[in-house]
Amino acid sequence: MELTRRDAVAALGALGAGTAAAGCLQQEATGEDGAGSDGDEAGGDSDEAVGETMVAAAEVLYPSAVDGVGEFVETFLSGRLDDGPHADGVRAAVDALETRAESWYGDRFAALEAEDRESLLEETGVAVAAEDPDGTTAEQLRYYVVNELLLAFYSSPTGGELVGIENPQGHAGGVDSYQRGPRA
Amino acid sequence: MGAGGVSRAAQNVDTPVGSVDRTPVEGADVCIVGAGPAGALIASRLAEAGHEVVVLDAGPRFDPVDRLARQERAIRPFYDRPAVWESDPERDAHSNSGERFYPLNHARVKGIGGSTLHWQGMVMRLHEADFNSASERGVGVDWPIEYSDLQPYYAAAERELGVAGGDNPFAPPREGPRPMPEFQPSYSDSLFAEACDELGIAMHSVPNARNSESYDGRSQCVGYGTCQPVCPSGAKYDATVHIERAEEAGATVVDRAPVQRLVHDVDSIIAAEYATPDGEHRQEADQFVVAAGGVETPRLLLLSDSDHYPNGLANSSGLVGKFFMDHLFAGTGGVLDEPTRQGHIGFLTSESHQFYDEADAEVGPFKLEFFNYAGPSPVESALTGDDWGDALLERLRSEYGTHIAMGGLVESVPSAESYIGLDPDETDAHGNPVPDVHWSVDDRALRTIERANEIQEQILGELGAEITWQVGPEDTGPAYHHMGTTRMGDDPAASVVDADCRSHDLDNCWIASSSVFPTGGAMNPTLTIAALALRCAEGVDTVL
Repeated sequence: MELTRRDAVAALGALGAGTAAAGCLQQEATGEDGAGSDGDEAGGDSDEAVGETMVAAAEVLYPSAVDGVGEFVETFLSGRLDDGPHADGVRAAVDALETRAESWYGDRFAALEAEDRESLLEETGVAVAAEDPDGTTAEQLRYYVVNELLLAFYSSPTGGELVGIENPQGHAGGVDSYQRGPRA
Repeated sequence: MGAGGVSRAAQNVDTPVGSVDRTPVEGADVCIVGAGPAGALIASRLAEAGHEVVVLDAGPRFDPVDRLARQERAIRPFYDRPAVWESDPERDAHSNSGERFYPLNHARVKGIGGSTLHWQGMVMRLHEADFNSASERGVGVDWPIEYSDLQPYYAAAERELGVAGGDNPFAPPREGPRPMPEFQPSYSDSLFAEACDELGIAMHSVPNARNSESYDGRSQCVGYGTCQPVCPSGAKYDATVHIERAEEAGATVVDRAPVQRLVHDVDSIIAAEYATPDGEHRQEADQFVVAAGGVETPRLLLLSDSDHYPNGLANSSGLVGKFFMDHLFAGTGGVLDEPTRQGHIGFLTSESHQFYDEADAEVGPFKLEFFNYAGPSPVESALTGDDWGDALLERLRSEYGTHIAMGGLVESVPSAESYIGLDPDETDAHGNPVPDVHWSVDDRALRTIERANEIQEQILGELGAEITWQVGPEDTGPAYHHMGTTRMGDDPAASVVDADCRSHDLDNCWIASSSVFPTGGAMNPTLTIAALALRCAEGVDTVL
């Protein structure tokens, strides 16, 4: 099944720019300024690298029958990697993943074979970690990489349809599909 | 028109602390405590009538731009329900001394818009017999007003909130259709309908405060599916609608301003003392409306004790805080051997009120709900497993697709043993005793849950479902409808406010909240809150 740009736009429509990161809403509410103070600048070469790593992770995390992962993830990230704290969290988590890839497998994450990427993810403990934007490295990887990508995919029409629900929670898919019966 | 209103309304949450003007307004006609649906509707009506209105709310003003971020919080497993709308454990501290635990901070939102920010949005009128529980059912008390007294205000409330709904043969008399057509039944409703036909049980539409078409400048529902706890599109009504309208008419709305105490003399309230991030202030007004919900309303009155009123303000009856009620949940669910198409939307499209008016002293009124979101949400489930790739997809497919479930709401009889008090041993950030929720459930309610479960089992059995769970008398929980703690009545010795929602003790103290309900029925309370608020606004307007 082909992931489309429409899916990525839909995922962004469901999730916005990612200001749900812990403390972010409260910072806005109190007017405190801390966003991006110790993170990379938005855009530029560094975000291209972030995109490559996230695409490589998505190729492991998404079902094998799905095509178009690269464009989907890059389009989705174009709306998520703004200059807010959530984007900083994604960049920091990707950096941590790359550090482990270089240290444990001697190469960039995106350059590894798919089975090595999967092994690396398992070895970080991310599969059994509960997401936590301020937690351990594994918990932050779960939040900013694994669940970031799974959330985008399974709140998109194509991701939902693979499960059997063409208007998954989070997607503004209208009020027709709930009235329809299963396809023959 | 409020001179300060327009400039303050232009301020928003991006403004750093210290630059928001939270100082009192001179010459205020009305001070309203609480910016939920009751406070917002009254503020809107009175500001539009030309009065100088000030609204004080304990919580923040939320930026509408953040709605998608709150939706993400609602889906992600890291955030619990209170985190979606930034409940503050210190600000919202409370005790639980009752026989049953009450999850108060899951049950409310503090902030501009109040708990309508996270509500489901179901808006039924109480039945005629609900206003006469003692004389018609032999339990509880009668209200000092009849359904017919409230009927025109129900109609006005439906227009104000924007209600979509169709025919219901069991509902009380109506004067005309609701403002919007009903949402069409779901596919799973059609499965239930076959079983209900066999059993002689009638299904009908659900009135929703949710736009089935564009209404009042707000979008129609676009199917995000996260109604509880957040609607990103604004199709579900919340009280920010009327706060904005009030501000446009000149009202001043102050957020992060928890009222600490109502300063009074023998006959009237003089001022509301409130805290802000920048210090404490004192708002004077001619009339005061307490609209802070079923928990904080009695708490504020109890905190405002004095030499003349040693048991708390407006509490000559001794009943402030007493008769705390909530509706109870009864549910049954299972799986079918065919697709049920759940989770496309986050609201209900069909119910049955067929058994509601069979209520008597033994079994109370209850309503039955046909769920459209039974079973796990695939996207939420995807974020919690230890699998990914094809294995994850396989698991999600196995979990999703065949779940089916029913819910129901059950009346609880008012009891003085169920109450909101003050906990002298625990104080909030301002040094005030926190509310103590002392919640208990009566035997009639437990019998009613059993009855609702029986019918749910019959329907699911007729459907051929394998029943996999049930919420019954042993593990029932509250529906998050706080009622009864400043009850309405004609006798000052047996009630806190009169039929106009004006306190018996103080001429300029009004209460607009489900706290004035003498009994709760088994219908979601917000439409009745709104109708009473509109009626209360007329009363306040008359004396200004």
